[in-house]
Amino acid sequence: MSESYDRGLVEDFGRWTEFSAGMWAWVFHKFTGWVLVGYLFTHISVLSTSLQGAQAYNNTLSGLESLAVVRILEVGLLAVAVFHILNGIRLLFVDLGVGLEAQDKSFYASLVLTGVIVVASVPTFLTGAF
Amino acid sequence: MSTQTPETETETETEPEAESGASAAPDHQQRRMDEKRARAEARDDAAAQAATEFEGETVELKVFRYDPEVEGKEEPRFDSFTVPFEKGMTVLDALIFARDEYDSSLTFRHSCRQAVCGSDAFFINGSQQLGCQTQMGDLEWPVRVEPLPHQDVVKDLVVEMDHFYDQMESVQPFFDPDELPDGELDEQRQSRENREHIKLSTRCIWCGACMSSCNIAAGDNQYLGPAAINKAYRFYMDEREGEQKRQERLEIIEQEHGVWRCQTQFSCTEVCPKDIPLTEHIQELKREAVKENLKFW
Ligand code: HEM
Ligand code: SF4
Ligand code: FES
Repeated sequence: MSESYDRGLVEDFGRWTEFSAGMWAWVFHKFTGWVLVGYLFTHISVLSTSLQGAQAYNNTLSGLESLAVVRILEVGLLAVAVFHILNGIRLLFVDLGVGLEAQDKSFYASLVLTGVIVVASVPTFLTGAF
Repeated sequence: MSTQTPETETETETEPEAESGASAAPDHQQRRMDEKRARAEARDDAAAQAATEFEGETVELKVFRYDPEVEGKEEPRFDSFTVPFEKGMTVLDALIFARDEYDSSLTFRHSCRQAVCGSDAFFINGSQQLGCQTQMGDLEWPVRVEPLPHQDVVKDLVVEMDHFYDQMESVQPFFDPDELPDGELDEQRQSRENREHIKLSTRCIWCGACMSSCNIAAGDNQYLGPAAINKAYRFYMDEREGEQKRQERLEIIEQEHGVWRCQTQFSCTEVCPKDIPLTEHIQELKREAVKENLKFW
């Protein structure tokens, strides 16, 4: 038997330029899901400052909200959450076997809708940030 | 298989008047030999010319090469071949041209040339396709041909298929009814609706393109893979399947490395040369598994 050649990682994520819609949807869904889990922890720690009294909570929140970085991160969080929800609904339909032929279009629709919602939210999140 | 046959050389040998005398013989012999060699060289040049210069359009083929058994070829590399383009030419045609005209050591599997045998699935311009089913004219040039990803390469475009076949066999792809018809020659009829239901799943030609495209199969070697699950679907959904076998088959399907590994990336469905809706079939089996497990009555 001849030895065979293993082409290694190049076969997987090194091929990202060749990924199709369904693959990108999967990558983004995993990514946004775990970002949301990560956010959950920071969210809890920020909210727990209220255990030290109302003043501490107010100070923490106004301190955070006065930082431009935090405002921008909030826009990012919204983008991540909106995409995860929209694509999550898409995945539920896929699980039900509904509209499988349009799975790529529904992914693009999720992306576009996410974009629109995020752009529309920018004034709300960023006014007075700079 | 060259489109251009090298011009047949015209007889140029002009035999001079033979000089008399034995002493002249070696000279004469020498001259004849020289002329012969010159003609042979001219002929070789013409052939080489014909092989590399084509009239009309040519297309460049970049082919993955690797041969662990030959020194100097163990390192994978790409070879370029210039192939005359013809309307209707498939990737397989181009590969055959390259092999026949340039390098007879170029190795790839093929047989039927009509998308039936499933032996020539390659990674063409970044996606799994059958060489014989893919038109050169439909591709971006230069055309890059590689062996199927996620399978070990044996040589050039030939990959190890054993694991794929093992997975196909593991779902027990055979018909096993509970009861047989009374008469020896009676047929086991299937309703038209049921035939329609499983029709697409019967088209599989075991090419392995789907398995190769699947990111999950790449990471989990035990995952049954789209083709094997589709094969299970073909029998599970057949109304003539025996109840006992149905249960057994469901257990194979819903095991840890069965349908639940599918993450609905749709890669398999996109590459399947027979247009089998693989993801749809996998999802249908997932729902069957859930329904079956929720049944407590
Ligand atoms: C309306 C809100 C949400 C919807 C509709 C939704 C939907 C989904 C669906 C359908 C999946 C399964 C993907 C698959 O089939 O592989 C999923 C995965 C996931 N979701 Fe959500 N989700 C929502 C909110 C959240 C939130 C708030 C979090 C974080 C706390 C979260 C974290 C995750 C993670 C980490 C995964 C990936 C799990 C894995 O590795 O397979 N999701 N989501
Ligand atoms: S399901 Fe399609 S891609 Fe997979 S082995 Fe069968 S014919 Fe090939
Ligand atoms: S040569 Fe048989 S499928 Fe292509």
